[in-house]
Amino acid sequence: MTTVIIRTTARILAPFIQLFGLYVIVHGPISPGGGFQGGVIVGASLILLALSYDLASAEARAGHAIRIAMDSTGSLLFAGIGLLSLLAGGVFMDYGIIPLPLPAAQVRALMILLIGMAIGVHIMALVSTLFLHMAEDHE
Amino acid sequence: MENAPILVVMAPFIGAYLIPLLGLWWERYCYWVAAAATGLSVLFSLTLVGSVLAQGTIYYTVGGWEPPWGIELVVDPLSAFMCLVVSLVSLLAGAYSRSYIKKELPEGKATSYYTMMLLLTGGLLGVSVTGDLFNLFVMTEIFSVAAYALVPMMGRKGSFLASYRYLILASIGTSLLLLGTGYLYMVTGTLNMADLAARLPVAYAYHPWVVLAALAFFLVAFGVKSALFPLHAWLPDVYTVAPAPVAVLSTLVTKVGAYSLIRVLFSVFGMPLITGAIPVAPALSWMAAAAILAGSVVALQQSDIMRMLAYSSVAHIGYVMLGIGLAVQLGLTGGILHILSHALAKGCLFLCAGAVMYRAGIRRIDDFRGLGYRMPLTMAAFTLAAASIAGIPPTVGFMSKFYLALGAMETGSWVLVAVIVAGSLLTALVYLRVILLMYFGAREGPQLKEEPPLGMLVPIVTLALACAVLGIFVRVPLSLVGPGVRVLLGM
Repeated sequence: MTTVIIRTTARILAPFIQLFGLYVIVHGPISPGGGFQGGVIVGASLILLALSYDLASAEARAGHAIRIAMDSTGSLLFAGIGLLSLLAGGVFMDYGIIPLPLPAAQVRALMILLIGMAIGVHIMALVSTLFLHMAEDHE
Repeated sequence: MENAPILVVMAPFIGAYLIPLLGLWWERYCYWVAAAATGLSVLFSLTLVGSVLAQGTIYYTVGGWEPPWGIELVVDPLSAFMCLVVSLVSLLAGAYSRSYIKKELPEGKATSYYTMMLLLTGGLLGVSVTGDLFNLFVMTEIFSVAAYALVPMMGRKGSFLASYRYLILASIGTSLLLLGTGYLYMVTGTLNMADLAARLPVAYAYHPWVVLAALAFFLVAFGVKSALFPLHAWLPDVYTVAPAPVAVLSTLVTKVGAYSLIRVLFSVFGMPLITGAIPVAPALSWMAAAAILAGSVVALQQSDIMRMLAYSSVAHIGYVMLGIGLAVQLGLTGGILHILSHALAKGCLFLCAGAVMYRAGIRRIDDFRGLGYRMPLTMAAFTLAAASIAGIPPTVGFMSKFYLALGAMETGSWVLVAVIVAGSLLTALVYLRVILLMYFGAREGPQLKEEPPLGMLVPIVTLALACAVLGIFVRVPLSLVGPGVRVLLGM
């Protein structure tokens, strides 16, 4: 049962939930949280839309193809950053060695932030896909 | 290539990440990505084999974190051997899939099929190269989840139930694996296998029950994964409903389960603990003996070709486990060589059975009548692979069983020697029934030649020829297995 109260609340809440999710993702390297947790929060906002409105409107916001593409891109980015340090002559995922005009510790932090974002993209797509896929099967 | 240990695992994983993206627009290129990814794995495995033979065990620290803190990849001769077997057989199964899934899988499944296939291969390779117990658990979980998803892809009747049962049983297995890892971490404070091996004797002196409980958990966990006799209940149904190339990959799953058991028993717990304190190894060989006899006898009663092959797999995992249980050099050599010979032969047999279903739509063994004339090359390959499984010289199957028998004689357990020979005879009987029907059964109806397409025929013939060639040149696999066994036994 979706009433106008639920819809309005969900509509107002959704952007804040997403903003909070993004905050959790980008603050991953220095505070509790990270790509996985933030990705789940952003993905949950889409699930909230699907629950309060209907599946079609959630599908319209983020279609199947977009979600699959985000899912793949996230994992590819993670693997790509791992391989980047390999190309720079180090071992896999040894981020400090990537040649940027910064101290090694900062390069490491930057890469971990990028990886957190890649995981975030991947997980937000994954969480919403899991829900929407099962819900569509049910209908 | 000092990065080969990680690249051999990452090649299939990156392929698996790429395929869903590609599948959105160009589904027909998914196959080529999968082929390229597994092909790269084969290349990196060959590099690994080369460097292991040249300079001994390779150690690789992921992310530059020194062991025991970081994840360490350790490639000894046995790991390199497993990598080569897994990547080569996956490559052939993948090549076979191209024509096969066009006909046998529902429309639009190709993308997820190849994704899951690569994840499965990557997980198996990850288990083979890792030197970290927790990493072993993660990789086991990856290939298991991929396997659950691959099994019901054809949507055959009962396939979801079979996959679900597999999921429940194998999940109990992986839970126990995690629990065992946790127990060992609790008493040693480390997850690195080499570090664990060094600390376990002390830990055992202080907390014997915790260590023994962990050992029991690992035995059950890998027993389920490798379908060791009383824990094999998931296997027949899974092999019956799965697409033929997935059945081939599933045989690799059971092999890697056996490999993990070898790793944990010999490289983590060590000989004194598994033969002295609690006779794990002898118990394992008696369970294996039961598997050999029971699996072969039940295989003899089957009327469905895939089910027959499945029960025969239960028997042959018994041979691998027998080699582990003997825990002597010759026995272990035989057991590990049997990993190769069974992967090649059973892979070939599953692909042949798949080709028969693909062309003639036949599953019942009674319908194989005269098939030897309709599909001469496929059935010749079937016969050759069956000869290897039954252990007829000069195939590689004969060599592995020969080493197993020598190992059993060395330990003086003549009952086990008798079981090995009786198991071989029973296996020969199982396959002879099919072969007799194929070549000497009365032919009915029009006899058209209908070999499967070339893409399916080439993997079948390659695997069958490998059974024979590696049997004659058994020195080639032994050049890896021999040093591998010496490393395991600390010789």
